[in-house]
Amino acid sequence: MTNLIKLSAADLSGLLADRSVSSVEVTRAHLDHIAAIDTDVHAFLHVAGDAALATAARIDARRAAGDTLGPLAGVPIAIKDVLATQDMPSTAGSKILEGWIPPYDATVVRRVRDAGLILLGKTNMDEFAMGSSTEFSAYGPTHNPWDLDRIPGGSGGGSAAAVSSFEAPLALGSDTGGSIRQPAAVTGSVGVKPTYGGVSRYGSIALASSLDQVGPVTRTVYDAALLHDVIGGHDPLDSTSLTDSWPSMAAAARAGLADGALKGVRVGVIKELAGDGFQPGVTQRFDETLALLSAAGAEIVQVSAPNFEYAIAAYYLILPAEASSNLARFDSVRFGIRVNPADGPLTSERVMAATRDAGFGPEVKRRIILGTYALSAGYYDAYYGSAQKVRTLIQRDFDAAFAQVDVLVSPSAPTTAFKFGEKMTDPMAMYLNDVTTIPANLAGVPGMSLPMGLAPEDGLPVGLQIMAPAKLDARLYTFGAAVERLLEASWGHTLLSRAPELAPTEMFASEEGVV
Amino acid sequence: MKKAELMDYDKALELFEPVLGFEVHVELNTKTKMFCGCANEFGQGANTNTCPTCLGLPGGLPQVNAKAIESSIRLGLALGCEIAEYSRFARKNYFYPDTAKNFQTSQYDEPIAFNGQLTIELESGRLVTVDIERAHMEDDAGKLTHVGGATGRIQGADYSLVDYNRGGVPLVEIVTQMIEGGEADSPEIGRTYVAAIREIVKALGVSNARMEEGNVRCDANVSLRPRGSNILGTRTETKNVNSLRSVERAVRYEIQRQAALLAAGGTITQETRHWHEDTGITSAGRPKSDADDYRYFPEPDLVPVAPSREWVEELRATLPEPPAARRKRLQADWGFADLEFQDVVNSDLLDAVEATIAAGSAAQAARKWWTGEVARLANVAGVTADSLVQPVQVAALIELVVAGTLTDRLARQVLEGVIAGEGTPLEVVELRGLAVVSDDGALIAAIDEALAAQPDVLAKIRDGKVQAAGAVIGAVMKAMRGQADAARVRELVLERAGTAE
Repeated sequence: MTNLIKLSAADLSGLLADRSVSSVEVTRAHLDHIAAIDTDVHAFLHVAGDAALATAARIDARRAAGDTLGPLAGVPIAIKDVLATQDMPSTAGSKILEGWIPPYDATVVRRVRDAGLILLGKTNMDEFAMGSSTEFSAYGPTHNPWDLDRIPGGSGGGSAAAVSSFEAPLALGSDTGGSIRQPAAVTGSVGVKPTYGGVSRYGSIALASSLDQVGPVTRTVYDAALLHDVIGGHDPLDSTSLTDSWPSMAAAARAGLADGALKGVRVGVIKELAGDGFQPGVTQRFDETLALLSAAGAEIVQVSAPNFEYAIAAYYLILPAEASSNLARFDSVRFGIRVNPADGPLTSERVMAATRDAGFGPEVKRRIILGTYALSAGYYDAYYGSAQKVRTLIQRDFDAAFAQVDVLVSPSAPTTAFKFGEKMTDPMAMYLNDVTTIPANLAGVPGMSLPMGLAPEDGLPVGLQIMAPAKLDARLYTFGAAVERLLEASWGHTLLSRAPELAPTEMFASEEGVV
Repeated sequence: MKKAELMDYDKALELFEPVLGFEVHVELNTKTKMFCGCANEFGQGANTNTCPTCLGLPGGLPQVNAKAIESSIRLGLALGCEIAEYSRFARKNYFYPDTAKNFQTSQYDEPIAFNGQLTIELESGRLVTVDIERAHMEDDAGKLTHVGGATGRIQGADYSLVDYNRGGVPLVEIVTQMIEGGEADSPEIGRTYVAAIREIVKALGVSNARMEEGNVRCDANVSLRPRGSNILGTRTETKNVNSLRSVERAVRYEIQRQAALLAAGGTITQETRHWHEDTGITSAGRPKSDADDYRYFPEPDLVPVAPSREWVEELRATLPEPPAARRKRLQADWGFADLEFQDVVNSDLLDAVEATIAAGSAAQAARKWWTGEVARLANVAGVTADSLVQPVQVAALIELVVAGTLTDRLARQVLEGVIAGEGTPLEVVELRGLAVVSDDGALIAAIDEALAAQPDVLAKIRDGKVQAAGAVIGAVMKAMRGQADAARVRELVLERAGTAE
């Protein structure tokens, strides 16, 4: 019998539907694998094994009773720790929320539960999603399954490492400036940042409200589409949630598998997202992918987005500004840890200050200070105000580009996974890693990363980013599925099948994990 | 500052010109809070009407209450404001434990309503037009209770408790432009302006408008400028003055206090001040500089509010008659003297009296019952008069008096029965057997008996000493247990005394 953990969610869905396997078996296989390798990978901050098995048993019983279940019912999923879960701690990777169990579920978590998915646990992340490596998690970094000495990307390195190391077939992430797409790129997995407003943010611990978006983290484009269909759609609890009705992303992805799906597709290559600062192997794989696309009938068009040059600057004003305000509520009064000052009176102000000093890590403090400064009287227009103008210009660049092409492509990240510690002392170097992904957040357009090979110089995964006009997420899935098929056909295998096998480190890892 | 140290009011006005400004917060009476579905009501246990959003939990997000927008627009229109075509919420960032998110969701440079005007009439008949700068929407803070310590204030407290039931309740803050030229009327302008706002929100039905419960709260800004100067003085902001009389007293106190300080060569500190109802003074709060930096920025979790012009006009059509105009009309219709009418207005009984008259009562009778017996009973019960009994019941009671079925004294007993829930006035009359005995036969029998029992009185009456009849009338009324019309009894006594040979 097949190794259950290596199957896609879609394949598991099929086996579960015809009752070839039970959800309990599938769930147990993943839990066993987590037990075997997660000491090394550290993708999870919390594993809810008993609850997962109990839920799986309920889904199996419902299936046995003939209940109508959704396509992903019984399939395990990992949840980024930024999402509120009422039965699991939700820390956003921060010490200030250590042990906090919310009294409610995020809307996406509720939807995932209602669709019968099995929640395995919560995944690691940079504290409050601030970072590109998970090195800023208060609970220690996650390791890249391709090379345990390297970062898995961030902030959602835990979710990306979980799916790429076969600990979970599916995961949820959140993407403020690339936190889904960049980890997907450096771990050889698939990640999608939906159109802003396409997926509810209610219950997602806010980093930057106008940029945050929850999305799927998977190993295949089709799996991402299946998960997108579960979590997407209007939520009255999120005022920025779009009221549009959405087409099936799964159907869109299936359309991409048709022969000739790439024929005549106008593919825009953004001039500004190439060249200096891009690792040669990344550029090489990107160029090869363009050649394949061209050969498959796509029309490659060079486009310019002149204002992308200012994207990082604008982003690092808007994000800290919003974050400084969003993170004000962490004050020890209603939830989270409370730290009393070492001496002096215990006024609320002093307890708040002591709690925030002890509870927030260095990157969080850095951004709160940046944001507080950017919003200050006398600086607002020069910083926050100007950044908003840049944002408008970037949106116009996208509008102009999408007037010429159907999709835009670029490498998902300028480099492959870097080594731990490499950029910890240089915030700017860390920030520059998001140069490719940030424009989509500033404009609210959907973006996807999927694997496009291994960089020759280090043998590490390289990601292709695809962007589509706002609300046309379906186009991402159609095009993405077609590109994925094209690339895998050229390789003769999936990229992740070339990832190193991680050896169990736990002596008690169960044999039942492989059935 | 002790009262004795204050400058004499007239002297203060001789030296200085008061400049005023008011910020009035109106709590809207929507069913739910401003940004979440929690009930907008109090009385249950602390922190029961709360959710992740109004508790400021991680991941909580606001949703705008459409009814609150509607109420704000109607209020803006009633204040003569323009209604913004595009209005945004903004975050006002500051740390305080009663503010769950550590920012208030308010409005900054894009308020829902702006550029209004409200003309008020002082007791002297002087008309004062107050320019309204803006009316903006925001959410209320929770309630802090400081435990331990003598004063109930935060200073000296052992610890503080927070109740977020009020957190997120919708507020409209109405901000005036500077009010100059108020002169000696300044304190009265304050009281009359806040009274006018209160009347308007009540007439609109957008707020419960009870100042004692904090539904309408006033911050009074006062500064003095020396005569002949055109430079504004430093202002103080006296917070949460929660009765009309207190607004007047607080403004007056600040004028006298600031004048005394300035005349002695001192300076005014720009600060908030607390009003002390018991001692009638203000005390220093926290320093407040124009440079206070709330780091306002547009609330990214909410989309802009863009009320269509059609909707605004629809709402304009729902506005009630302006309270001031309505008062003029009613006083003329009812023919009340100024004092009579003021009594009704000050007792907050305009609606009750109007409804009673509409139910058929004479205006004076309606006024007399409401401001008299009903108000007295309400005062005893510690509730508002209009919550004690329905106007239609008062009208029915008055009708029974007019018909002669009840005397005033009996009617008061019937009113008590109605209030006690015994039914309509007619039902109470029947239940308690309180109707006036108008059967002359029964009265005559009682009179004859009383006259026979008091032959000396009878003799006096026959001698023309009519006032002696009182003793017989008293005896008859007693025999009838008060259920007789004393005037009729008197007539009959004289008649019987004259004929009973």
